[in-house]
Amino acid sequence: MILVALITILFLGGVLAWLSEGLSPKAPRVVALIAVVIDLLVMFALLGADTGDSNWIVQLNALWIPRFGISFHLAADGLSVLMMVLTAFLGIVAIGAAWDEITDRAGFFYFNLLWTLAGVIGVFTALDLFLFFFFWEVMLIPMYFIIAIWGHENKNYAAMKFFIFTQVTGMLMLISILVLAYFHYVQFGWFSFDYFDLLNVSTSGAIQMWVMLGFFVAFSTKLPSFPFHSWLPDAHSQAPTAGSVILAGVLLKTGAYGLIRFAVPLFPEASMQFAPIAMTLAVISILYCAKVAFAQTDIKRLIAYTSVSHMGFVMLGIYAWNEQALQGAVMTMLAHGLSAAALFMLAGGLQHRIHTRDMDHMGGFWAKVPRLSFVALFFSIAALGMPGLGNFVGEFLALLGAFKANITLTVAAAFGLIFASVYSLWVIQKVFHGVYRNSDFDDSHLDDLSRREMFYYGAMMIGLIWMGMYPQSFLDLSSATLINLIDETGQVFYAVGQ
Amino acid sequence: MQDLIWLLPTFPLLGFLSLVLTSGNLPKQAVAVIGAGSIGLSFLTAAAIAVEFLGSGETHFVLEVWRWMSVGDFSPGFSFYLDGLSLVMMLIITGVGFLIHLYSTGFMLDDPSYSRFFAYMNLFVASMLMLVLADNLVLLYLGWEGVGLCSYLLIGFWYEKPENGYAARKAFVTTRVGDTSMAIGLFLLFAQLGTLNIQDMLHAAETQWAVGSGLAVAASLLLLGGAVGKSAQLPLQTWLPDAMAGPTPISALIHAATMVTAGVYLIARTHVLFELAPNVQLLVAWIGLITLLMAGFTAMTQHDIKRILAYSTVSQIGYMFLGLGVGAWSASVFHLMTHAFFKALLFLAAGTVILSLHHEHDIFKMGGKRKQLPIAFASFMIGSLALAAFPFTSGYFSKDEILIAALEMEGPGLLLWIGGVIGAFFTGIYSFRLVFVVFFGESKGHHEEKEVAGFSMATPLFILMVLALFGGWIQIPVDAVFSHGEMPEEHHISGLMHGIMIAVPLLGIAVSYLFFMSKTFSVDKLMANPLAASLHRFWFSGWGMDALYDLLFVKPFLFLARINKSDLIDAFYALLVRVSQVAHSMLARTQTGQLNWYAMSIAASVVLLITLGVLL
Repeated sequence: MILVALITILFLGGVLAWLSEGLSPKAPRVVALIAVVIDLLVMFALLGADTGDSNWIVQLNALWIPRFGISFHLAADGLSVLMMVLTAFLGIVAIGAAWDEITDRAGFFYFNLLWTLAGVIGVFTALDLFLFFFFWEVMLIPMYFIIAIWGHENKNYAAMKFFIFTQVTGMLMLISILVLAYFHYVQFGWFSFDYFDLLNVSTSGAIQMWVMLGFFVAFSTKLPSFPFHSWLPDAHSQAPTAGSVILAGVLLKTGAYGLIRFAVPLFPEASMQFAPIAMTLAVISILYCAKVAFAQTDIKRLIAYTSVSHMGFVMLGIYAWNEQALQGAVMTMLAHGLSAAALFMLAGGLQHRIHTRDMDHMGGFWAKVPRLSFVALFFSIAALGMPGLGNFVGEFLALLGAFKANITLTVAAAFGLIFASVYSLWVIQKVFHGVYRNSDFDDSHLDDLSRREMFYYGAMMIGLIWMGMYPQSFLDLSSATLINLIDETGQVFYAVGQ
Repeated sequence: MQDLIWLLPTFPLLGFLSLVLTSGNLPKQAVAVIGAGSIGLSFLTAAAIAVEFLGSGETHFVLEVWRWMSVGDFSPGFSFYLDGLSLVMMLIITGVGFLIHLYSTGFMLDDPSYSRFFAYMNLFVASMLMLVLADNLVLLYLGWEGVGLCSYLLIGFWYEKPENGYAARKAFVTTRVGDTSMAIGLFLLFAQLGTLNIQDMLHAAETQWAVGSGLAVAASLLLLGGAVGKSAQLPLQTWLPDAMAGPTPISALIHAATMVTAGVYLIARTHVLFELAPNVQLLVAWIGLITLLMAGFTAMTQHDIKRILAYSTVSQIGYMFLGLGVGAWSASVFHLMTHAFFKALLFLAAGTVILSLHHEHDIFKMGGKRKQLPIAFASFMIGSLALAAFPFTSGYFSKDEILIAALEMEGPGLLLWIGGVIGAFFTGIYSFRLVFVVFFGESKGHHEEKEVAGFSMATPLFILMVLALFGGWIQIPVDAVFSHGEMPEEHHISGLMHGIMIAVPLLGIAVSYLFFMSKTFSVDKLMANPLAASLHRFWFSGWGMDALYDLLFVKPFLFLARINKSDLIDAFYALLVRVSQVAHSMLARTQTGQLNWYAMSIAASVVLLITLGVLL
């Protein structure tokens, strides 16, 4: 029930936030904040729960459309809980980012924000593939509105691009889900969309590969991975700050989660055969997008490309499919969730203050806004993989594990560490170092970080330091899930490998 | 007492945190007390630990503070490992580090970012201590990256000048190339040996890998990549001279005494791997030799007082690499220590000169300054004597040991020895060229200025003078680390060779005297020769390496970035959109609403289909 509560609180909170706009234009943000905080507190109840023998902390399985074997099956294990906590935490941060920025139609904005979060929580807990697809769509549409209504100068193009990329690839996944359910019907005599039933379906050869690719394309578009990444820079540069926070911090992670939970376990042989290609795409993502990032002058586009580059490490780790690599992928998801969200907030904060995203107009901000500059330095350093902060743990583990699976590709991926330092330090130089200049913008609103902003950034900094210095708190949560997945798929995986 | 070893990095870390969290709102005295005091506390703790450790007679001591992470069989800890080698390093770092911090409290007094400076410095010391005390390579890597970060922050400390930012980025990115090689080395070691705990890993390597095996070669080469980056050796040496953009105490601490010797420490720490790969070890020696000669030539041509010292640092670390390469592990560490003393002295003295002469860097705009700047003069005399290995100064003992070890080596030993001796000749020339030009001859410019050297700046100079003179008599307790229980052999070097080693640096000083003091020979006449002039230009530019890397790496990268700014992949999707738009408008045009047009097209289609059906 607790999982239903988590989702319902967000759905209802969204509706209430919308309705409350009639009371006061400032009411929606308070309602939304309360709803997400309650959600986060409820999640903490899951952290201490005893899982017993199974890895599932809570499970709920109710009939929904029995005729087609569709059930309302929600469950959470350590991995889901980690992702949900990240979602709720960044949900709060996103509300903080929107606090002063969103004044127009605020009620509808918070409605969309909370519904997106509800969809994400659903994605992280659904164990019925039909239900999973339902939530996958739920998180898409409100996000479309967030970009299309509250976005910047080119918002319609960006929102439509985001929608089409996700929708088209989502359809491919739907076809794969239906094919899989059909195979279940053929082999067992009844329809089922349940995860555990579908794990037993045996498919083989080319068909398995095609069905797997349906999932892979959907997930790797969301991740995103080269060559499906090009919606992201537009979406990020046009989305309002809160939208970017949710997009980079949470939505991208649903793609990685889908690969770990569904794409590989459902199709171990096909995934094993496909692994070298997936890892190659990951390496291309890392290197190519780091290079493109360096060339950008729009600070949000730059950060968007670095996101693709960092998510490459996640994909690399997933397709190496051993404990260190998978833990590395999960840690990278968490750490990148915080660092990318923070960087987008900083970029959004700058845009809010000086009404430009063009780095060619900026420079020397350190002298003017030292706190903001220090915070930006911190998150840039985190993003380039400084040991002691979370991103290092993730990327190091991912590479350490991937090295066992494929030496050549891992060595190539490691060059991403060099590129990361090139673009990160370039941003610092362009925006914060050098001589202060304000000839291209009005700097009357260029104030240093407020107390409220420092609170959000401080929380994210503590999170990254915690992940970097004592990652065990997070690793322990996901380890049972990951070890279990490796055990179940492992024999097939390695049998094909030899 | 040994259990308190975790305090060593903790004091400076707390200093860093308190300076950052107060964000520059503390009075300068408080900043000075926190900044220098934290390092002082670390030094006292280190000294007490050292006394107890040496008294106990143990070979090593391990303390795990907490388990960092544990994933499958990978479980590095926040663990400290103390043996003779890390003991020497921690004393150098905290001792010399404290002196430089003390000096900085005076040197940086007029800087508005006083607090930020000490925050970064403290973070640096904390990272450096992590690096040398780590018991596993992951924690070592943490310190390794941490010092690189602080180096970046401090080179670009005066961030308003874009060229400082450029130098800082160059340093970070160049060393990161090495760091990446090292990281890959760690992956390889872990995949093959199953642990990154240094002692366990070395033990496993010794038992599992044969001498000269491919894995040993690969692993030691990858670690060497990291070492040449941090220690500014060929081919990654280009960043160090530019790193002089930072405040001078930074150059003393980071870019001379401690961080740049991290590569030497890494190789000494993992020397077992290099012994398993004799060819790589020999490569270390050749890298050291070539670097020390190239840097020596370049040092002779520079005008900037700090760049001369920077190239001499590259050159002296070259000697340490040479020592490592010929298996003189403890001699290299010994030279690391004496070099820390005399190079810190030289840099701090250079700082005094620069500060006193209103940020003048060009030695040819100085002259006859020995009376005007007496403390700096004394420091430079002593420091340069030690640098040139004048008999019985500290540098003499350590350089002597390295060269003797080279001579005793079979095979290419004699060649390496000759190269090293030639290098010592150049060291004599360039170090005293600086002394003669700045402090002797007729006084040029800057007549009015007085020497700026208050108590906080003079005290460290005096202490370092004593150490530079007599530091050679210190016995470093590293035999147990390197000897594997064997007794060190007696040296049997002929008197002639010894005589050469003493005479050559003196000869260098004499040549320098003839050129720059008595003006018996004229540099200008030498430069009149076109060949000499172009050689001079070539050496001055650091053997054209910057231009080469610019051409090979920087320009292509910038070019690729520029032409693909709008992302080729996106163009593909844009094309897709365009095609469907065109198709849409073409198909839309067929819907004319005219009946005869529809009838025509139906008839035509039927004919076409029948034709196709018949043909196929």
